Amino acid sequence: MTGKNAARQENQGNCFHAFNAGSLPRRGSYFMTEPAQAIAVTDLHKRFGPLEVLKGVSLTARQGDVIAIIGGSGSGKSTFLRCINMLELPTSGSVAIHGETISMKKDGRDGLQPSDRKQVERLRTQLGMVFQSFNLWQHMTILQNVIEAPVHVLGKSKAEAIETAEALLRRVGLFEKRDAYPAFLSGGQQQRAAIARALAIQPLVMLFDEPTSALDPELVGEVLAVIGDLAAEKRTMILVTHEMKFARNVANHIVFLADGVIEEQGPPEEIFDAPKSERLKKFISSIH
Amino acid sequence: MTEPATPDATTHAMAFTPEDLPTSDSFFKPHRIVLLLLAAALVFSIAWFMRWDWLPRYLPRLGQGILVTLAMLVSTSILGFLIAVPLGLVQVTGPWPLKALAKSFCTVIRGTPLLLQLWLLYYGLGSLFPQFPAIRQSFLWPYLRESWPYGVAALTISFAAYEGEVMRGAFAGVPAGELEAGRAYGMSRWTVFRRIWLPRAIHRALPTLNGETVLQLKATPLVATITVIDVYAVISKVRQDTFITYEPLLLLALIYMCLTAILVLAFRTLENRIPTRGA
Repeated sequence: MTGKNAARQENQGNCFHAFNAGSLPRRGSYFMTEPAQAIAVTDLHKRFGPLEVLKGVSLTARQGDVIAIIGGSGSGKSTFLRCINMLELPTSGSVAIHGETISMKKDGRDGLQPSDRKQVERLRTQLGMVFQSFNLWQHMTILQNVIEAPVHVLGKSKAEAIETAEALLRRVGLFEKRDAYPAFLSGGQQQRAAIARALAIQPLVMLFDEPTSALDPELVGEVLAVIGDLAAEKRTMILVTHEMKFARNVANHIVFLADGVIEEQGPPEEIFDAPKSERLKKFISSIH
Repeated sequence: MTEPATPDATTHAMAFTPEDLPTSDSFFKPHRIVLLLLAAALVFSIAWFMRWDWLPRYLPRLGQGILVTLAMLVSTSILGFLIAVPLGLVQVTGPWPLKALAKSFCTVIRGTPLLLQLWLLYYGLGSLFPQFPAIRQSFLWPYLRESWPYGVAALTISFAAYEGEVMRGAFAGVPAGELEAGRAYGMSRWTVFRRIWLPRAIHRALPTLNGETVLQLKATPLVATITVIDVYAVISKVRQDTFITYEPLLLLALIYMCLTAILVLAFRTLENRIPTRGA
């Protein structure tokens, strides 16, 4: 716990690193050495047909940040997260991973598409995505799931990948299940395996897309414990979640999305104890 | 979807466990003894009262016929499957001209009898070919003069069309999230296809493929109508030579049943390599 608090303390300086389109970033310029930029999203728009889900969202994550994105359903949280690794293609705006901007071109309609697929594939290995519905590959054992990307994307040797994978599985408490198939695991176990799989590519940033929403209530705890553990070791993470208590405990920055814009953001104490905007006040009271 | 696993779920992963197999004890139950006796009596009377004196004379030819049948089955199933994969795939993801082409191929082939296709190829195409000197002089001519290439072609096309539909369903049925997970960790399209989409689709399609392959086995006797000497043709020869009806046909049924059993067991072994739960 003390380690986690220390981590938060260190990040106090740049707690305003996420900002709405148009406004200037108010970074902690009094900090002599800022942690390097892990993810920078600028003025992201996303339209599904006539429906504009994201209306200009900008967010910067520095290394060591744990950012929790909260908001009601349909507020665009998941879409935003999926735009970061281009699983969803933004209509306009830009995304930079570790300072490298993903080059995009017009797709002929009114959206964008990556102009260099190889670049997207390379940058995606910096992002460890954890899905709401786990999405483990059902035809592989847990161990095979975890070594798949290191071997077939990063080109590591199988022996090396297995060594890393077994350490990760030990860490999430699934070492004994390494030869089981996903269908024979509980939801909580599957999600922990999925976290190990995402960690196996040694990503710069972990992305969590509502990691506990598909779980039975009694299984939520074990998954949150693993994520909390990652936050404690200062791993950079962006987390879309409905678990407010958890978000408050692990995140050093909370972003409240409403109707496709960042309605309010700040450190957890401010967001949960002193919400300014009406909508955030309503949202906070509705979940208590 | 998220039900908690029973503690022993992983140890019972196999769909077909050794406990399911009969042991020597399990044969000594009254009803089983009666059935065993009945079966023994049946086998005895078939062997004793029917005529089998022709069998030794035809045994070598029967063996060859079985090999031809198996060669037809294996080659056309493998070739057909290799064609079926792209046929199924373009129907799920392809651009519309390819999609339409694949769709109409499957519809036409599945909508016409295999016997008709076989005869169109052999009597139609096969009699057209000799009229072109270029074909007669090509290196393929020694094969095109034979009948088996037409049998292989017809059976392959038919299998491809049926399997194309099966694979279309199998490709479409692989959860999008699993493909997305592959992309999310930096896999290229080809890697996603090779490592996730295809193996997952084949695994899903295996039970259906099993049935289709058994049907394919039983479609092979049609090649006897274009003078390929498979096991069915050998048995027909026996009947013409000896004027015996039942015995050769019974033997033929037995042979096909044994081949089917081998196929089913082989597929079951494949299916059990990756255990599934429920469904």
